Amino acid sequence: MADQAQKLNLLWLQSGGCGGCSMSLLNAEAPDLFTAMDSAGIHLLWHPSLSEQSGQEMRTILQSIVDGETQLDILCLEGSVIQGPDGSGGFHRMSGDGRPMRDWIHRLAQQAEQVLAVGSCAAFGGITSAGGNPGEACGLQYDGAKPGGLLGEGFHSRSGLPVVNIAGCPTHPNWVVDTLLQIAQGEMNLTELDELNRPRSYADHLVHHGCLRNEYYEFKASAEKPSDLGCLMEHLGCLGTQAHADCNTRLWNGEGSCLRGGYACINCTAATFEEPGHSFNQTPKIAGIPVGLPTDMPKAWFVALASLSKAATPARLKQNAHSDHIQVAPGDRTKEKP
Amino acid sequence: MSRRIIGPFNRVEGDLEVQLDMEDDRVTGARVVTPLYRGFEQILQGKDPMDALVYVPRICGICSVAQSMAAANALAHVQGIEVPHNGELAGNLILASENAADHLAHFYLFFMPDFAREIYSKEPWFPAAVERFKAVDGSATREVLPARAQFMHLMGLLAGKWPHSLALQPGGTTRAVEIQEKGRIQMILFGFRQFLEQTLFGDTIENVINLDSVAALEAWTQQAAPTSSDFRHFLHIADALDLHAMGQAHDRFMSFGVYPEQGGRLFVPGVWDGELGKLDQQMISEDISHSWMHYQNEPKHPYDGVTLPSADEKGGYTWCKAPRLDGKVVEVGALSRQLVNGHPLIRELVAQNGGNVRNRVVARVMEIGLLLVAMEEWTNQLRPKEPFCHHLAMPDEAQGFGMIEAARGSLGHWLKVKNGRILNYQIISPTTWNFSPRDAKEVPGALEQALVNAPVRAGEQDPVSVQHIVRSFDPCMVCTVH
Repeated sequence: MADQAQKLNLLWLQSGGCGGCSMSLLNAEAPDLFTAMDSAGIHLLWHPSLSEQSGQEMRTILQSIVDGETQLDILCLEGSVIQGPDGSGGFHRMSGDGRPMRDWIHRLAQQAEQVLAVGSCAAFGGITSAGGNPGEACGLQYDGAKPGGLLGEGFHSRSGLPVVNIAGCPTHPNWVVDTLLQIAQGEMNLTELDELNRPRSYADHLVHHGCLRNEYYEFKASAEKPSDLGCLMEHLGCLGTQAHADCNTRLWNGEGSCLRGGYACINCTAATFEEPGHSFNQTPKIAGIPVGLPTDMPKAWFVALASLSKAATPARLKQNAHSDHIQVAPGDRTKEKP
Repeated sequence: MSRRIIGPFNRVEGDLEVQLDMEDDRVTGARVVTPLYRGFEQILQGKDPMDALVYVPRICGICSVAQSMAAANALAHVQGIEVPHNGELAGNLILASENAADHLAHFYLFFMPDFAREIYSKEPWFPAAVERFKAVDGSATREVLPARAQFMHLMGLLAGKWPHSLALQPGGTTRAVEIQEKGRIQMILFGFRQFLEQTLFGDTIENVINLDSVAALEAWTQQAAPTSSDFRHFLHIADALDLHAMGQAHDRFMSFGVYPEQGGRLFVPGVWDGELGKLDQQMISEDISHSWMHYQNEPKHPYDGVTLPSADEKGGYTWCKAPRLDGKVVEVGALSRQLVNGHPLIRELVAQNGGNVRNRVVARVMEIGLLLVAMEEWTNQLRPKEPFCHHLAMPDEAQGFGMIEAARGSLGHWLKVKNGRILNYQIISPTTWNFSPRDAKEVPGALEQALVNAPVRAGEQDPVSVQHIVRSFDPCMVCTVH
């Protein structure tokens, strides 16, 4: 464990978000959040849900960072940057201070060794930028899928890295903990980030990997209504074959994932996931074929394989796909032997 | 008289500012400011009604399931769908998991750390409070996270994940529970019961939730040393600091009722104003005379509510609207819920000294026990292999509401559907009630009233009494203005 003198100072701020990434972080297990922070040698300068300091005490901490008196190693922002109304930032002024939160975030980012966008709101604007984006929300270094955001495309923190986008709505606790540990160990660099600057540690996987519904997917035995066991891609809007995350191998709250919970992956680690252009739980199709194909899959092959596998679907899968529990158990090959 | 602006408050969910008028050693007036506006009600307009289930939980990461449940109930009302018994039970379990976990987080992470502040360093109970409840470093703080995370495995099992699940549907839940999973739920609840009995209560849950009078509570408090359990620890500190004399609001209480049980409800709806009255949702309206919202002639029922922000609106000082019941301020939360539901201890506590810091926390902690016992019973009633979810099409034109209780009080969604899309969606959250601004008659909201007469200690910049009073409501500011 790092001693006190070498500890990294972490400041966590929230703006146009829901606090859900912090709440998710409290679910960290084996080890729990505080043990993980201790082991990574991270000192919490301030966190909105955890720290004692409130009001003037908190504003003093921020001022001492801006004045260069307190070292800021890691700045985490949770929630989008709120620019409205009319670019004024007035939809989120810092309590007790009155200045737009956006301006505080901008000043603090200049002092930080590393800047982390925790969650899809801080990374891209996320759910707060849905619809007509009434709050004029954007991300730290992206506005939706477009580079820019509050800090601008050319921004680099003092470490030389762009904003690290721990996208997700919410983030899995370990995505945050693992990224912090990687930074603390000096092992975070550009090659560890993907094209949207998401940590590759989780973004190099697809939600499809480890999905319990894979056999249904293989045979295109599809669910027709929520709570069915079948594959959710054909009819119910599932984007797990395109979504960059390890939700079905890492698991949530011990045993879960969206798919295991019985509902579609909505690709919440992606920029602009909040506006899919169709109802979230309905798959858009052209001539009966889903518009969104699995990542890296040529269309012709997908269509050919899908029609072939549909013809070969075992009766067991056909029946189970439309039920909320297993109706027909798998056969036992050893019994078939003479 | 002097004016002081206090903020940002942490250990509340979201952002909060309080403007205080002070004279000598007490607060004489308060204005509560919710400084963040995101615009969910605007975002929802024109969407597929079912998409509300994606957007509304993301209003709030701590009341996420409550927001989902209110939306699912509103959509169910629109569809006229009935939920199968298993779906009702699983929905109750999911919501109760969130509410119990929120109560626990509030007590250990948000509320108790204020007693470990330096300002109390001369108090005889201070060293024990620091050891146990100091923010980040206290021994209880360190114990509660693993216990809570393990309890939240219920969410992994029943709802896929927490927060932001799509498992709650108008017709039930998407995750059918198999027989071995029913056993797992029972084991997780058993483990949580052990944590509560050994650490929070220092007694059996039943002995605590059956305390039926103030005398019984006082006798129980004295039965063992303050440090024998965290609840006793709190009660001793509450006594030493007269927390029952702090934070009284208008003493009018409301609960929407929650946890359906085949026609009835575990916690019944109602209004308490010295006696129990009936709740009529038609009497709810939102006043915006002191909100940064475009001027309107009169308060509107949420079916007809309008959300149009206007940063320079005359008279405005917050993004929060001012909901009123029959034109009156009401307080919501665990205290209101248990008062309306007739818990004898809570009724007697409020009869003695109204809503206050101590009574709000007592009701919240008692409710953790009440919820666990109910969750054990709901789990026993689960019938694997029977349906968890019904399905119906969405009508093109209809309206409906969903009214439930989140951890921190009454939560309502009012929805109008036209041409198959959302025409209007209005949300009134618990803290919108508790932390509302003044209305057109200049009547302050519940917290604004509760802060009047808060004592100020010598040399205090941000009075610690204000911290206690604010957090006794367990505010959720991201829900307040959504």
